[in-house]
Amino acid sequence: MSTPHLSVDRERCIGAGMCAMTAPDVFDQDPDDGLVILLRPEPAAAHGAAAQMAVGLCPAGAITLHEPEAGSS
Amino acid sequence: MSESVHTVTTLPTGRRAGCPFDPPAELLDAHRHGPISGYTHPGGKPGWLITGYDMMRSVLADPRFSSRKDLMNVVDFELPPAPPGEFLLMDDPEHSRYRKPLVGRFTVRRMRMLTERIEQITADRLDAMEAAGPPTDLVTAFAKPIPTIVICEILGVPYEDRASFQEQIDAFMGGEVSDEELVAAYTATQEYLAQLVAAKRAHPTDDILSELTDSDLTDEELRGVSLILLAAGFDTTANMLSLGTFALLQHPEQLAALRADPALTDGAVEELLRYLSVAKTFHRTALEDVELGGRTIKAGTTVVLSYNTANRDPERFTDPHALDIRRRATGHLAFGHGIHQCLGQQLARVEMRVAFRALIDRFPTLRLAVPAAEVALRPETADIFGVKSLPVAWDAK
Repeated sequence: MSTPHLSVDRERCIGAGMCAMTAPDVFDQDPDDGLVILLRPEPAAAHGAAAQMAVGLCPAGAITLHEPEAGSS
Repeated sequence: MSESVHTVTTLPTGRRAGCPFDPPAELLDAHRHGPISGYTHPGGKPGWLITGYDMMRSVLADPRFSSRKDLMNVVDFELPPAPPGEFLLMDDPEHSRYRKPLVGRFTVRRMRMLTERIEQITADRLDAMEAAGPPTDLVTAFAKPIPTIVICEILGVPYEDRASFQEQIDAFMGGEVSDEELVAAYTATQEYLAQLVAAKRAHPTDDILSELTDSDLTDEELRGVSLILLAAGFDTTANMLSLGTFALLQHPEQLAALRADPALTDGAVEELLRYLSVAKTFHRTALEDVELGGRTIKAGTTVVLSYNTANRDPERFTDPHALDIRRRATGHLAFGHGIHQCLGQQLARVEMRVAFRALIDRFPTLRLAVPAAEVALRPETADIFGVKSLPVAWDAK
C-alpha cells in the first residue's frame, strides 16, 4: 500500500474516547460498547496530523499507523 | 551501573502557601535529578518515585506494573484485595469486567449530548449566585453543586438524597475528619448505595445504575462501582472548577484572552487540567524485575507516580510552570494513561467547558473577595488537591 493507513484493535481499546475527540473525522466510538470505530482507514491529508496525534494519545495503544514501505509504489 | 541514586525521604503532596498551583518544591527538586528517585514508603518499605513524563507514561501502559491493592507493598502488613466493584485497584481481566459495561455510557458523543442539561444546571447556579449577591463562596455556590447534580442525575441518585449524600462524600474525600468519622461516613455511603442498588433493581429508572442491573454484576459489585463513579465524579471536577477559577483570576491576561475568545475554551480546559493536576499520586507495583532509566525495579516493589510533577516536565512541555491557555496541552497525564485512564474524562471536559465559560461570561468583573494568600487550601490528607473555599465578588448590576 502506497499511502499511510490505520488499523485499530478493539480487543485493546478501553473506550477512553481520545481518538474520537482528537480526530473525529477519522475515528468514532460504537454507541453500544463505546469502543473505537475506524471511519477512514486511509485518512485524507487534511486529517493526517490529527490521526497521527490520536495514535500517540491512545491510552491503550490500540491504534497503529502503517507507513508505506520505502520504494514500494 | 553505580550511578548514585537521588533519594526522596518524604513525599509532600500539599502545596505551599503562596504557590497553590505548583507541585511541592521537594518533588520538583527530585525531578531536577532525573525522572526517577529512590523513595521509602511511609511504612518503611523501599520504593521509587517517578516524576518524569515519558517514564510515567510507559509505566502506566506497561502490564508488568499492577494496580492491585493487595499487591501494593507500602506498609508492613498485607493489604486486602480491592472491595468488589472498585476496579481502579484491580488488573485485567477483573478490571475490564467492570469497566466494559460502563464504557459505552461515557463516550464523547454521549457526554456532548449532556451539554444542554449541564448548561441549564450551571445557569441555575449562576442565577442563585446573582440573586444572593456578592460576596459568595464559589466552592459551595458553584464548583461542588454542578458536578454533584450531574453525576447524581447520570447515576440516578434521587434529588432529595443529594445533600446528605454530598456531605458523606465530603467527609471521606476532604481529608479533614477523624478516622472514626471517616469510617462512619464510608459506612453510611455504602449503606445508602446498597439501598439505592436494590431500589433500582426493583424499579428501574432512566439512569446508568438501572441499566447496569441488566449486566452480570452483583448488587455488591454495583455498590462498589457506584461508589467509584460518584467519588471520582464530583470531587475531581469540583476541585478543578474552584482551583481553576482561582488560577484564572491570578492570571488576568489569560482570563482576559479566554473571555474575549470562546474558541479558546477547549484548549483552556486542557491546559488547566495539565497545570493544576488535582489528582496527586497513584501507585503501581512491579510484577517482575523491570529496568527503568538504568535502575532495576525489583518484582514486588511499589512505585509512586506524581502526576502533577510529570505534567510540569520541561522535556515534554515548554515553559511548564506557565499557565498558557493557547498551548497544546493535549497528552497531559491529568486523567492518567493506560487501561485505567479516567472513564469519566469526556464528562469532566464537557462540565468544565460549560461551567468556566458560563461563569466568566456571567460575571465580567469576577474577582477574589480576599487576598490570594488567605484562600484556604485543602489539607495534605485530601486525595484531590484544591481550595476549601474561594470567596469571590463581582459588581452587582
